[in-house]
Amino acid sequence: MLSACGSSEGGGGARSINWYVFNEPGGSYDAAVADCNKQAGGKYHINYVKLPTDANQQRELIVRRLAAKDDSIDLIGMDVIWTAELAQAGWIEPWEGERKAVAEKDKLSGPLKTVQYKGKTWAIPFTSNTQLLWYRKDKVDKPPADFTWDEMIDDAVSKNTAVEVQARQYEGLTVWINSLIAGAGGQIVDQNADVKVDDSAKKAAEIESKLANSKAAPPGMSTNAEDQARQGFESGRSDYQVNYPFVYPSAAMVGKDFQKNMGWARFPRTEKDRPSRPPLGGINIGVSHYSKKRDLAFDAAECLAQPKHQAIAAEKGGLPPTTQSVYDTPTVKKAYPFADVLRASIEAAAPRPVTPAYSDISLAIQKTFSPPDGVDPSNIVSKLRDRMDKAAEGKIF
Amino acid sequence: MEAASTTETRTATPPAKKGITDRAKAERKLAWMLCAPAVIAMLLVTGWPILYALYLSFQRFDLRFPDQKEFVGLSNYSDVLTSSTWWSDVWTTLIITVVSVSIELVLGMLIALVMHRAIFGRGPVRAAILIPYGIITVVAAFAWKYAFDPTSGFVAGLPLISDTAQPLNTKAGSLLVIILAEVWKTTPFMALLLLAGLALVPDELHEAAKVDGASTLQRFFRITIPLMKPAILVALLFRTLDAFRIFDNIYIIQPGGALGTESVSILGYNVTINRVNVGLGSAVSILIFICVILIAIFFVKALGTSTAQQRGEEA
Repeated sequence: MLSACGSSEGGGGARSINWYVFNEPGGSYDAAVADCNKQAGGKYHINYVKLPTDANQQRELIVRRLAAKDDSIDLIGMDVIWTAELAQAGWIEPWEGERKAVAEKDKLSGPLKTVQYKGKTWAIPFTSNTQLLWYRKDKVDKPPADFTWDEMIDDAVSKNTAVEVQARQYEGLTVWINSLIAGAGGQIVDQNADVKVDDSAKKAAEIESKLANSKAAPPGMSTNAEDQARQGFESGRSDYQVNYPFVYPSAAMVGKDFQKNMGWARFPRTEKDRPSRPPLGGINIGVSHYSKKRDLAFDAAECLAQPKHQAIAAEKGGLPPTTQSVYDTPTVKKAYPFADVLRASIEAAAPRPVTPAYSDISLAIQKTFSPPDGVDPSNIVSKLRDRMDKAAEGKIF
Repeated sequence: MEAASTTETRTATPPAKKGITDRAKAERKLAWMLCAPAVIAMLLVTGWPILYALYLSFQRFDLRFPDQKEFVGLSNYSDVLTSSTWWSDVWTTLIITVVSVSIELVLGMLIALVMHRAIFGRGPVRAAILIPYGIITVVAAFAWKYAFDPTSGFVAGLPLISDTAQPLNTKAGSLLVIILAEVWKTTPFMALLLLAGLALVPDELHEAAKVDGASTLQRFFRITIPLMKPAILVALLFRTLDAFRIFDNIYIIQPGGALGTESVSILGYNVTINRVNVGLGSAVSILIFICVILIAIFFVKALGTSTAQQRGEEA
């Protein structure tokens, strides 16, 4: 047992399972690993190999190892956007028969879609994530159910405050733009991974450009990511922010009153008469094709992703569950006073494009929609389509 | 160039190869055997990757689609060379290179003169000036990034810098910060190379010129600079080659080359590492390699004529 613990990388003993996943600072993944190792009673021993928190860096590490057929990876904590890429390359194993039933059991439809590609199930959904609209109850009115981006920006301008978003040229910008486009009824690629850029991209660019060129643009908008947005909101410079639920426990540290004055609502609408499509994030657990212990790895993944551990991840890590029933447990209800809107958001969320060339597509979106104050809505559609086509053909853009 | 010509003359001096003795033969063989490990190691770590990159650059090869691997000839190159992205990245890289190397040359020269003339505390002065060069580029880049960070950096709080016009929120401002970081970090290296050149200028020439009534400025431009020309060119050569391949400063200060700060090396990284399109990425790498060779040829040519001139003057 001790020898297995010592070898965190590079295979280890015959029963050790290496799980490559991001370093969850709340310690909930550590707790899940420890619990599974106890439950397994020596059948297998999971080693938690910690990856950087930056999603791009995680992917670069994983993809290079898998391309080199590295057999030291057994389980992969996959960002929801990797499924198509890893499945198409033959780097992960499909979940079939009983395994498939376990993976899909009682899961929310949004997260479930992120593990499906070409009619097969490629991972077990573990944790999910989505963004809510957070606002200052003491400064602005409670947003109506059909609150739009335009109304929010106008309101912020009139109240001399700002709206925090993620508009740095990175994955977070793709997340935002994708939700804006989906909120206008559009999509970036269709089910066959064909490029489908239409006027909804123009609508997204109009909102982005309007915010960036208005007085409601926060300082450093073009370089802000999730954490700068959180800081901006906590500093009091903004009364609105769209962000993940991690901002809620963080607000408690600013001062008790601050968290009390923090309200939440669903992601704002792109168009008045169309429900919003919030972003969808999260981690799925996949089994590597090059693992020498696939059966044990499947067992370990099923154990890790069980509802009990999802509840721990929600409580300690601020990561919303993928299993429906977990939302009704007392732990989650206590940790998330906004559990209902969170669950509804995840159900209604717009997945990011499902295509094996996802990273190309995402880079192209980021380049086209950056910098926010320089975006020209009038030619954005042709620009984006051109870059998408080049990305899909594997060319330089 | 100079070294090459001297070895030429040396190898030309021994009378004829026929007259080689057995002992000389054995020594030559031994020499080769002693060199062999180093030569083989060099070939393995530099020659092989270059050849492999060249081979990959003729392939359609994306790690995610191993089945689609095929020979495509020069199409990767034509794709890169016809894209506007490549050319705008070349321009960005050239701007960073030219501006930072020019500033470094002027500052480096001033610092070299200070180090040369320092009367007391020569050791501590030189050591202090070299500190930035001893700091890892990534660490230095983080320091600059945090200083200029629009939300938490101290520069944002300075007077004269408005909230809406933060340097890191614009392309021009970002390039400026990147150039600043580059200059801060590598000026000591430039100064060190120039100091070596300064040490070669004989004091007698200065004294003679002084006697003839030349002013300090005249002496600097008429004596110091011409005699230092080879040293200046070597310093420029090293720094230009280095600056053209700029990667780490941009990678940290504007991750991914955001806001139009993408250099050619960042492009190569994005294509090869992020998009795992190894074929296309290798074409980018080979093109960067060719650019670097062109820069080197330019400076070596200039260096060759300058040293030849000098020798002519001396004779």
